[in-house]
Amino acid sequence: MLKIEDLTVEVNGKILLHDVNLEVKKGYTNVLFGPNGAGKSALMRTIMGFSEYRVVKGRILFNGEDITSLPMDERARRGLGIMMQRPPDMSGIKLRDLIKVVSKGKKDPEALAENLNMNRFLDRDVNVGFSGGEIKRSELLQLAAQNPNLYLLDEPESGVDLVSIEQVGMTIKELLEEGVECPGESCIRGKSALIITHTGQILDYVTTDRGYILCNGTIMCSGNPLKMLEEIKSKGYEECLECKLMK
Amino acid sequence: MQTDEVNLKKRAESAAEKKAAFGEDFELGKFEEGSRVSKPIEDLQTLDEESKRTLFQVGVIPSEEGRSGSLLVLDNAVSHSSLKDKNIELTSTQKALKKYEWLKDYSWKLVAVDTDKYTAKTYLENADGYFVRVPAGKKSSMPVQTCLMLNSKKVYQTVHNIIIVEEGASLDIITGCTSRKGVEEGIHMGISEMYVKKGATLNFTMIHNWAEQIGVRPRTVVHVEEGGTYVSNYICLKPVRSVQMYPTVKLEGKGAVTRLNTIAIAHPGSELDLGSRAIFNAPDTKAELVSRTITIGGRIIARGEMIANSKGAKGHLECKGLVLTDKGSQLAIPILEANVDDVELTHEAAVGKIAKDQVEYLMARGLTEDEAVGMIVRGFLDVGIRGIPEELKNEIENTITQTAFGM
Ligand SMILES: Nc1ncnc2c1ncn2[C@@H]1O[C@H](COP(=O)(O)OP(=O)(O)OP(=O)(O)O)[C@@H](O)[C@H]1O
Ligand SMILES: [Mg+2]
Repeated sequence: MLKIEDLTVEVNGKILLHDVNLEVKKGYTNVLFGPNGAGKSALMRTIMGFSEYRVVKGRILFNGEDITSLPMDERARRGLGIMMQRPPDMSGIKLRDLIKVVSKGKKDPEALAENLNMNRFLDRDVNVGFSGGEIKRSELLQLAAQNPNLYLLDEPESGVDLVSIEQVGMTIKELLEEGVECPGESCIRGKSALIITHTGQILDYVTTDRGYILCNGTIMCSGNPLKMLEEIKSKGYEECLECKLMK
Repeated sequence: MQTDEVNLKKRAESAAEKKAAFGEDFELGKFEEGSRVSKPIEDLQTLDEESKRTLFQVGVIPSEEGRSGSLLVLDNAVSHSSLKDKNIELTSTQKALKKYEWLKDYSWKLVAVDTDKYTAKTYLENADGYFVRVPAGKKSSMPVQTCLMLNSKKVYQTVHNIIIVEEGASLDIITGCTSRKGVEEGIHMGISEMYVKKGATLNFTMIHNWAEQIGVRPRTVVHVEEGGTYVSNYICLKPVRSVQMYPTVKLEGKGAVTRLNTIAIAHPGSELDLGSRAIFNAPDTKAELVSRTITIGGRIIARGEMIANSKGAKGHLECKGLVLTDKGSQLAIPILEANVDDVELTHEAAVGKIAKDQVEYLMARGLTEDEAVGMIVRGFLDVGIRGIPEELKNEIENTITQTAFGM
């Protein structure tokens, strides 16, 4: 579904990511770990096509198509959707209206908001004055309206309180399982996802397939996400850094 | 009385050539006087389709559905006046002046005849216009609508309006100012004097829709008494040569409140010099002046001025301007003046291009760049008309959609 090959990205003339290789197969949910400032959000935003990130080498393939220089809206139309870590204030645009436009009028904002307990935010300006947790739920609501095939989720659980995390986790699970007929490999798996997480709390709700660790602008290793999480929890990222150095 | 009039006339005559403080100077001699006579129009629905559309685009409903009353001025003649709501009075200014001796005490008492050549001209022409009065304690059930239309080529129009909302009364009024299709050149001068008495409310909405070579010079002063509220919404989204105005609200009674909203788009070749001024002459008065403007090639000057002369005054000025092309320009000029202590005047001004991160946020959701810009621009303008009655807002939003995005 998503394949990133030797990707090198610069921002304002400075290399931020280099030689990144990563893959998310159709129906897989992969996890991206890494310390603060490693470049995780930058990688997701590059995949989505935000203009501040300039790809200087490598390419991004989506369903076999090279989308490296495709405009953002084209990427969205092909099925990419992002939950941003820090979305901008959209003064004057009500969440309700945005949901309508994003779902092309096909979905009822009230009904979608119900799941995430967001009804009272529908008439607020998107992100303006939203708390950290509210932003996450609003992003998720928009993604539910957008209905992408690949979810790029940037720290979906951070800042979310213990009650809401259940809602957020369950909503993500439902979204990812859309279209699943049975959990077996040979059947249709659901939507695909790449999730950034520090705490791993979200992994209590969704089944994950593969984990990647991004450090100093590149992927250091990959493996079983739950095991990786345990390692990181006990030892931090120190070893990852050394590991690469020793190679 | 007599000497009063002689005095005013002298002052007006002496100001006949006086340039306005701001804006392009129009030579009035190049235009003909708009006709003072017109065939009365009994029913606005009998107008041709084109004219009806013209009315509709400035919020004036030809069927008069949802309106308390209507008055139409074509060039310099009041050609239609009808009233359904008996709680209010609506007639032409000249008729009202004949009918009410006391109206002299209101006419040309707020706007000085010698402000500039445009006020002088309007005074000297003995201009007609609309007169609306709501008696004490009464309320207009639905908005009153008035339309000032330039109906002939290369003429000037002079209009004098007086609105009086008596104690505890309330009025919504929509004024559409426009030109007949095919009338590309002309001058509109409009004097408006508005009185909001004790505890009264006036919601005034003005929609402009002119043509490329038309000069527009409204002159408005509003007097608000104790506990009174004056809300104005000004909307100008279509091409025009030059609009210059600086409506002034005088808060004369304790606790009087005003809010002036301006939303405008400057097209290539347009110069919009749009100000609003609040003068706090009584304790605990409040004002909020909000301007949201966009240039797509024209020039915008957004002025805002607040002068606090009394304690407890509180005012906020917000000028925001978007520049959507390199050819346009935005100039924001906020002025705050405090002449006593214990006042709080603040301002916020920002001009610049549309924020890229906002556009991309929407594009990430699948909107095209044009759709994203459209939605942001609409939201940007929308903020400028928040806080106005819901029904009115819907109508204005429809107008925005029609005029700005139905091009
Ligand atoms: N537009 C930009 N301009 C300049 N520097 C940037 C820009 N975007 C990201 N960076 C820098 O690139 C580095 C990686 O940022 P990024 O947001 O991708 O980190 P992250 O891995 O998501 O960290 P966190 O876990 O804290 O969210 C940081 O040092 C950040 O300051
Ligand atoms: Mg991040």
